Amino acid sequence: MYLSHILNSKKIALSLILGVFLTFISCKTFAIQHEEHAVAAEETNTEKEFSPSEVILEHIADSHSWHLWGHTTVPLPVILYTDQGIEMFSSAHFEHGHADYPGKYYTYRLVKDKIAIVGPGEELTAGANMLNMHKKLIDLSITKNVVSMWISLVLLLIIFLSVSAAYKKRAGKAPKGLQSFMEPIILFVRDDIARPNIGYKYQRFMPLLLTVFFFIWINNLIGLVPFFPGGSNLTGNIAVTFVLSVITLIIVNVNGNKYYWKHIFAPDVPVWLYPIMWPVELVGIISKPFALMIRLFANITAGHIIVLSLISLIFVFKSVAIAPVSVAFVVFMDVLELLVAALQAFIFTLLTALFIGTAIEEHHH
Amino acid sequence: MELVTPEIGLVFWTTVSFLVLFFLLGKFAWKPIMGAIDDRERSIEDALLKAEAAKEEMSRLTNENEVLLKQARAERDLILSEAKKIKDQIVADAKEAAHKEGARQIELARVEINNQKAIAMADVKNQVAQLSIQVAEKILQNQLQDQQKQDELVSQLLKEVKL
Repeated sequence: MYLSHILNSKKIALSLILGVFLTFISCKTFAIQHEEHAVAAEETNTEKEFSPSEVILEHIADSHSWHLWGHTTVPLPVILYTDQGIEMFSSAHFEHGHADYPGKYYTYRLVKDKIAIVGPGEELTAGANMLNMHKKLIDLSITKNVVSMWISLVLLLIIFLSVSAAYKKRAGKAPKGLQSFMEPIILFVRDDIARPNIGYKYQRFMPLLLTVFFFIWINNLIGLVPFFPGGSNLTGNIAVTFVLSVITLIIVNVNGNKYYWKHIFAPDVPVWLYPIMWPVELVGIISKPFALMIRLFANITAGHIIVLSLISLIFVFKSVAIAPVSVAFVVFMDVLELLVAALQAFIFTLLTALFIGTAIEEHHH
Repeated sequence: MELVTPEIGLVFWTTVSFLVLFFLLGKFAWKPIMGAIDDRERSIEDALLKAEAAKEEMSRLTNENEVLLKQARAERDLILSEAKKIKDQIVADAKEAAHKEGARQIELARVEINNQKAIAMADVKNQVAQLSIQVAEKILQNQLQDQQKQDELVSQLLKEVKL
């Protein structure tokens, strides 16, 4: 009797999860289908070959508009910092890349969802990026990823301010509701990430670690939801992981104590080896956060690419018969991604804590 | 290559947003939450320690009580045995005293009885003597009333006298 009850509830939970994921998948399918139809319709009736890599890259890339469903797209504000001055206008003016927008200083065109300046002789000047800063155009638009990030910010603030209020209201009592859901996770970050890796000085770094953990986690989860307000690929965007790892880099090196710096500049090797050791150690300083950046980016992007590829199979084979196979694999991948979402947040936070720990470690010789 | 090139716009907004989030959560969420958790953990630890201390105190008190009880029992036994001893002593003393007194009384009584007996005997002897004198006197008076008898007696007496 007791056992059958458990089985029953498990079945219910499982079917619930499956149901949610199936909804996700059908939405993903519709999204891709829509893209295809739109493209096909535009291309003067000649059926265009479906290009999965194009569709996938478009889905995981940032965008100046947010496609909600069908033909409904929310245009997002464009903010351009040019060498002449700042320009602000709505991305609706581009009409999905079919029209140029004559701004105050230059004429702009949307090329592959990136803004470029169109010169007088139709020559295009792309905007600046992190690898090439010396451009006359810096794109500071509120893109889909920025909006998605702000949604996550609002969610995080709502969740944790209410949890914090609960702690104030129920001071000294056992946690309840959302508070009791969050407390084990907060304690997990404290007891399994911060304390063992940082040591007794962990308290100073708790706010950073908690913020990083929940920021990455919630954005990973939002990235798994295929429709509004999800559907962005924020933590799978190298710019976001870049910022997070730079923060780690700064925190680690600002807090590094004399032992940390001695280990880098005066390690226990013969002095003549120092010229070799210094570059190696300096590369080590950079490479640790660099690995963090790549790991998070690659894991989340890879997950998105796999899911989208599986969906694309249906359109590659142009057959509904392939759909059940795709769906089955996508359900599997989505469940796996659910795990990866938490796992990557955990790993990023864990390694940050570990790097901080090695930087502030006291050596007793 | 586009995929792995960080865009300045997103870098800028992520930095701003993350720092804002960090300061807001740090000030209004993590600080009170961690503080509350720490406080609660400390109070729980305190309570546990106090409970442990109370338990120890209890066991200490129980032990003390037992010791006290044992002592009290021993003392009671001692007092009881002493009292018994004293009682026995008193009873024995009383018995002895009573015995002595009885003996003395008996002795006194005997002496008194003897005295009284002697007095009575003396009295009886006197009375017997007086009575015998009176009897003798009466007899003599009777016998000496007539002359003949007086003569007879004188003659008898004379006869008895041996010369």
